[in-house]
Amino acid sequence: MLKGNGFKGILMSGMVAALVFAAACGNGGAGTNNGNNKGGSEQPAATEGVKLSGDVKIDGSSTVFPLTEAAAEEFNKEHPDVRVPVGVSGTGGGFKQFCAGEIAIADASRPIKDEEAATCKAAGIEYTDLSVAFDGLSVVVSKDNDFVDHLTVEELNKIFTTGSTVSTWKDVRPEWPAEKIVMFSPGADSGTYDYFNEAILEKAGIRNDKQISFSEDDNTLVQGVSGSKGGIGYFGFAYFEENQDKLKLVPIDSGTGPIAPSHETIKDGTYAPLSRPLFIYINKKELERPEVDAFAKYYINNIGPLADEVGYIALPDEQYAKEAAKLQ
Amino acid sequence: MNSIFQDANRQQIANRRRKDVIIHLVFIVATSIGVLALCALIIDILMDGLSRLQPDLFTNFPSRKAAGSGMKSAIVGSIYMLIIMLPVSFILGVGAAIYLEEYAGKNRFTRLIQLNISTLAGVPSIVYGILGLTLFVRLLAFERSLLAGAFTMTLLVLPIIIVSAQEAIRAVPKSRRDASFALGATKWQTVSRSVIPSSISGILTGVILAMSRAIGETAPLVMIGAMTYINFLPTSLKDSFTVMPIQIYNWISKPQLEFKELAASGIIVLLALLLIMNFSAILLRNKYQKKY
Repeated sequence: MLKGNGFKGILMSGMVAALVFAAACGNGGAGTNNGNNKGGSEQPAATEGVKLSGDVKIDGSSTVFPLTEAAAEEFNKEHPDVRVPVGVSGTGGGFKQFCAGEIAIADASRPIKDEEAATCKAAGIEYTDLSVAFDGLSVVVSKDNDFVDHLTVEELNKIFTTGSTVSTWKDVRPEWPAEKIVMFSPGADSGTYDYFNEAILEKAGIRNDKQISFSEDDNTLVQGVSGSKGGIGYFGFAYFEENQDKLKLVPIDSGTGPIAPSHETIKDGTYAPLSRPLFIYINKKELERPEVDAFAKYYINNIGPLADEVGYIALPDEQYAKEAAKLQ
Repeated sequence: MNSIFQDANRQQIANRRRKDVIIHLVFIVATSIGVLALCALIIDILMDGLSRLQPDLFTNFPSRKAAGSGMKSAIVGSIYMLIIMLPVSFILGVGAAIYLEEYAGKNRFTRLIQLNISTLAGVPSIVYGILGLTLFVRLLAFERSLLAGAFTMTLLVLPIIIVSAQEAIRAVPKSRRDASFALGATKWQTVSRSVIPSSISGILTGVILAMSRAIGETAPLVMIGAMTYINFLPTSLKDSFTVMPIQIYNWISKPQLEFKELAASGIIVLLALLLIMNFSAILLRNKYQKKY
C-alpha cells in the first residue's frame, strides 16, 4: 500500500509538472501575440469597408475542398489579413466540429443528417446552408471495353449491390461477353460512396468480395479501371475529365434514355440520379463577425467560375442569386 | 586409410565453404533489395519532381493552380512544430531516462514503468492522435492548434527518446560513477558532470532520430485537426497549422498531373530535411565521442 502511494505520488507530481509546463508554454505564446489577436476581435461588426482581419475556420468534405480552397485563395487577394484555414475531415467529421462550435463553416457533399442537425440544435448552433456547385458522379469502364454502350440504374444496382452474384459482364446483359467484371469503388468513409449508395443502391450497401477493390484515393481508382479490361468504377466528374484519354464514360439510363454526364447535363439536371449538389453550412452566430460575413458573400458570388476551373459544375446564375439572398 | 579420411575431410571443408559462400550471397541480396528499392523510389521521385523544385515551392503558399503553388506554410509548420517539440521532449524524455537509470530503485514499479514505455513505443501513431485530440484539443482547450500538434507529437516520440537515452546512460561504465562518488560528489553532481557528458552523444542521436520520425508523421496530426489549406504562417501557438506530409498527401490526391509533380518535389524537400537531420545526428555523435 505504501509502495502504491509512493508510485502514485511520483506519477501525480510528474503529471502536474507536465501540465504546469504546458500551461506556461500556452500562456507565453498567447501573451506575446495578444496584440495581434485582439486587433481582429475588437473591431466592431459595423465597420463595412474597413480592413478585415481574423480567422474563418473551415473543415469538412474533401470533395468540396477544391471549391473552398479556390474561394479562400481568391478572397485572400482582396483581404490579405483574414486567415481562412481549410481542413478535410470528411463531411461527417466536419459537421462534428461544426456542431461543437469549433469551426465557422462546414464543407458538405450531402445535406446535414437528422442526427447531426439534432446535435447542432442541442448545442444551440443555428446555421445557413448554401448550395455552391454540382458534382457529377461519372461511371467509367476501361478504354479497351468495346461492348458497354450504356448502363441502366437497375444494371448498376445489380452489379454493385450487397450480395450481388454478378461476376462477368454476361451476367449483366446476356449479349455481352463473359469478361470478368473488376470493380473499383471509393471507400465507405467518403461522401462519394454515400451518394452512390443512396442514389443507386437504395442504401442497401455495396458488395464486399474478391471482385471489388476500395480506395480513398481517386487516382488509384482511375488506374485500376484503366488497367483492367473488364474494369468498372465511379468517382467525381473532375477525375474523369482529367483522365479522359484512359477511360470510357458510360451513359446512364434512369428511364428516359441513356445520358452521359457533361457540364450541360449535370447543370440542367438531366443527368439523374448521379449529379449532386455540394454545400457549405455557415454558423449564424459566426456570420455576425464581419470577416465571416464577407467571406460567405464572396464565396457565393464568385464560386461559379471557380467551380468550372477546379472541375465542378456551376449552378445556374439565378440559383446563385437565390443562395446569396439567404445571407442578407 | 589415411588418405580416405583426408578426402572425406576435404569434402566436408569444401561443403562448408560452399555453404559459406551461399549464405554470404543471401545476405548481399537481402541488403541490396532494400537499397535498390530506396534507389528506385528516389530516382522515380527525382524524375517527377526535379522540374518543380523551384524557389516558388519554398516562397509561395499553396494554390489551386499547380503553377506557382508552394508549400511555405507546410515547411514552416513542420519546423515550428519541431522547435516546440525539441525542448519539451528533450527535458521530459531525458529526465525520465535519468530517473529510471540513476535514481529509481529496481523494483516492481520501475519494471512496470519500463514495460509501459516499451509498449508505448510500439503503439500505432493514430492512437496518439486520438489521445492528443481528447487531452490537448478538448480537455486542455488548446483547440486545433500548433501547440496541440506539437504536444501530441511529443507524446509520440517520448518513448523512443526515453529508451535510447536509457541505453546511452547504461553504456557509461560503473567505474566512472564510482570514481565520482569516491571524490565525494553527490548523486546530481555525478549525473550532471560525469554520466550525462559521457552519454550525451547517444542521447542526442536518439533525440534527433525521434525528431525525424515526428516530421514524417501524418496520421496523428490529421486526427487532432491539422489543416490542409493554410495560406498564412502561424504567429501564435494557438494558430491553425499544416505540415509537409499533409501538404504532399493533398497534392497527390488531386486529379491533375501537375500536382503529382508538385507532390514529388515536396517529397524531395522532406527527404532532404530528413537527411540533414540524420547527418547532423552523425556529426554530433562523432564530435562528442572524441572527447570521451
